[in-house]
Amino acid sequence: MGGKNMAAVTYSANPVEVFVTSREETATSVAGKNAVFSVRDLNLWYGEDHALKNINLELKENEITAIIGPSGCGKSTFIKTLNRMVELIPSVRIGGNILYRGKDILAKSYKVEDLRTRVGMVFQKPNPFPKSIYENIAYGPKIHGIRNKKILDEIVEKSLRGAAIWDEVKERLHENAYGLSGGQQQRLCIARCLAIEPDVILMDEPTSALDPISTLKVEELVQELKKDFSIVIVTHNMQQAARISDKTAFFLSGEVIEFDRTKKIFSSPADKRTEDYITGRFG
Amino acid sequence: MVLEKSIDIYKENISVREMIEKKRSKHSFSKMIEKMIPRFLLLIAAISVLTTLGILLTLLFETIEFFKDVSFISFFTGTILQPLGPNAEFGLLPLLTGTLISSGIAMLVAIPVGFMTAIYLSEYASERIKKVLKPVLEILAGIPTIVYGFFALTFVTPLLRSFIPALEPTNILSPGIVMGIMIIPMVASLSEDALSSVPDSMREGALAMGATKLEVTWKVVVPAAISGIIASFVLAISRAIGETMIVTIASGSSKNFTFDITQSMQTMTAYIVEVTGGDAPAGSTLYFSLYAVAMTLFVFTLLMNMLARYISRKFREEY
Amino acid sequence: MHYMNHTQVQKRMSTRLLKNYLAKLLFLLSTLFGLVVLAALIYRVVTQGVHWIDLDFLINRLSTDPKKAGILGAIAGTLWLMAVVAPITLIIGVGTAIYLEEYAKKGRFQRFIQINISNLSGVPSIVFGLLGLTVFVRGMELGAVILAGGLTMSLLVLPIVVVAAQEAICAVPQFLREASYGMGATKWQTILNIVIPAALPGILTGVILALSRAVGETAPLVVLGIPALLIPLPDGLFDKFTVLPLQIYYWTLDSALVAEYANLAGASIIVLLVILFLMNSLAILIRNKFQRRH
Repeated sequence: MGGKNMAAVTYSANPVEVFVTSREETATSVAGKNAVFSVRDLNLWYGEDHALKNINLELKENEITAIIGPSGCGKSTFIKTLNRMVELIPSVRIGGNILYRGKDILAKSYKVEDLRTRVGMVFQKPNPFPKSIYENIAYGPKIHGIRNKKILDEIVEKSLRGAAIWDEVKERLHENAYGLSGGQQQRLCIARCLAIEPDVILMDEPTSALDPISTLKVEELVQELKKDFSIVIVTHNMQQAARISDKTAFFLSGEVIEFDRTKKIFSSPADKRTEDYITGRFG
Repeated sequence: MVLEKSIDIYKENISVREMIEKKRSKHSFSKMIEKMIPRFLLLIAAISVLTTLGILLTLLFETIEFFKDVSFISFFTGTILQPLGPNAEFGLLPLLTGTLISSGIAMLVAIPVGFMTAIYLSEYASERIKKVLKPVLEILAGIPTIVYGFFALTFVTPLLRSFIPALEPTNILSPGIVMGIMIIPMVASLSEDALSSVPDSMREGALAMGATKLEVTWKVVVPAAISGIIASFVLAISRAIGETMIVTIASGSSKNFTFDITQSMQTMTAYIVEVTGGDAPAGSTLYFSLYAVAMTLFVFTLLMNMLARYISRKFREEY
Repeated sequence: MHYMNHTQVQKRMSTRLLKNYLAKLLFLLSTLFGLVVLAALIYRVVTQGVHWIDLDFLINRLSTDPKKAGILGAIAGTLWLMAVVAPITLIIGVGTAIYLEEYAKKGRFQRFIQINISNLSGVPSIVFGLLGLTVFVRGMELGAVILAGGLTMSLLVLPIVVVAAQEAICAVPQFLREASYGMGATKWQTILNIVIPAALPGILTGVILALSRAVGETAPLVVLGIPALLIPLPDGLFDKFTVLPLQIYYWTLDSALVAEYANLAGASIIVLLVILFLMNSLAILIRNKFQRRH
């Protein structure tokens, strides 16, 4: 496709909106906001190990949902199920439904590559490719068929700006990404994720490998991104959950104990176990 | 900690997502590739299996032809190998003794020297010494066998003859020794791998009780690594049995059935070289004898390799 | 009452330490044995051949007259052989490795191929020669040409490339694959764009080592029937050829008849060793230069 054709591509006001209006099935809409993910009776086993038990959750668009809980409670497994990365582990069995924008992503006909193009992921440890900064960002658009150099340049700049790292790297776009600091690498990974303009961004403890200053930068960034994306973030840091999220789900040994607005969870939790956890009695 | 003022770029730009959507719907070609690649790679991976099959079938068919002319028993028990002339006889024993004796001599050199080298490198040598010695061993391992053959014929044999006057100009002793030298790096590096995979905690336990390094090595480390060490010896034997050029050059082509290491003897490999070199007419018993000998060689080395794998798997220590 | 008598132990300690010292000396001498042999070998070859190496020796064709004989044909044949072996082993070796590491389910079939490759690497090279003679030279009626030699050598060194490529692919960290899948990349896109580039230094090192093995091999080519004296230079895949190790072989065999042949053999060995040394240096260079950063 040449440059001229590209110019004809519609300039949508907000990509999320375009997507929402073109959607046929409308998921149950509560309190005005649309559900991005509706998880219904989700069960997951690693071999004999029952890792997720009867999960029922609704994740709303343009919200930040924090998943908290002690280690081994299944929170990481849960968000990896949302983009089916969990399937990379052999011997995984999944039961139940996960509706993404009304369609069951666990259905055989649902192409996992399509899902992961819409639902991006930021991992626990920064994992840039051993390529240049530019190539890291351009990787996603390229594999999805965008080859026009001008458009790629634009996407790279836009994504890096979006991840608030443009000013730090604009002079060295063609240097290896491994020359960046850990915090910069993680923001680069966020930028890489933004480059394919996902609908949802999954973040699996994105700041656990970072120093406090980098952590704060990433947190501010996540707040900014909320305007355009729905975000699910796993964190073991309760202050972080309280600071940045709108909703919080508390997981304990594979079950959702409580899921509510973050303010509610941290001020007056309904379940005793939630209270014990957030006040630091265990975990 | 001030973030750059977020300009809301996502509000007023081309939607990459739409572009991706469009491209994606057209990508039936790449979907096909995605499906074909594993099948294509499977075909490629099958080439190695086909190679084995090719070797087996080639050897098998011609060997069967051979045994139509020569009986099984007279081949494996015959002490006379006289492939040319009207009274041709095909006894394997001269070649078998040649092969086993040369391999035996090689093992007498390679196993003790290789094993002790492995112990030195793994247990005694400092990092600095290792950095010098390991490349030397790698160079030794990388020297082509033809060069060792030249070395055996033009250096080791004359050297040995100055000590042992009875030694013939071509003999089995010299190539046996040089073959052993060639195999030292293999024994050393495989045994060293086995030794250094023994965890340090086992060494420390013994050292802390006042044992000397030798005692630790001999009573703790070597027993723990014994399966890997023995496997390396077995692989070395297999390598010696299959070695061709050194014996071809330095041991001559005498087909005597003898155990005298000062004399010329022929190995199975050298026989194959000799017969293919002097164009044996296809279809003759001489021609088929090539394959019968090669089959014997193949079975020998295959059994050795399987034995080595069995030993290192079966008796692997769980640390 | 003590079971341990410390004075006794102390007395014995000095003999134990002496034993340890002597053993260490023995182990060191064993290790140095290799060094001594290497020195003797190089000394022997160099004294025999170094004064025979000059420009004429490198650029002359073979000749029955030892004074005029050169190794241009053998060098050309060696290069041709590499030109056949390198692409074939690269494609088949890397393809097999990708299949085994990325696609094959860990099960019986995968183990079967794996064991088969390990067995192939233990088959004596001369048996590969017979395979080549039967299948390529006679079966396909190629004759003892470059293509037949190259195919035979490719099969011989294939296990080296497969194992090296498998190790290199295995060493590519899982998180890079995850990052790629997380962007919606397909398996093949991930392999092609992430896994292979990251594994490339290891793969190339393996190919170079395989090539240096092929360049030094003699026995399979002898079996194929490569001629002892070949004056024209090879010009294509279907031309007859000779290589350095074969030249060394024939000259060494005949050195009893013509004394100068030993010099020719020695000089050719020096050239062969220099070529191998350069190839190995290249492999080490690649390994160090692209030392993975993750």
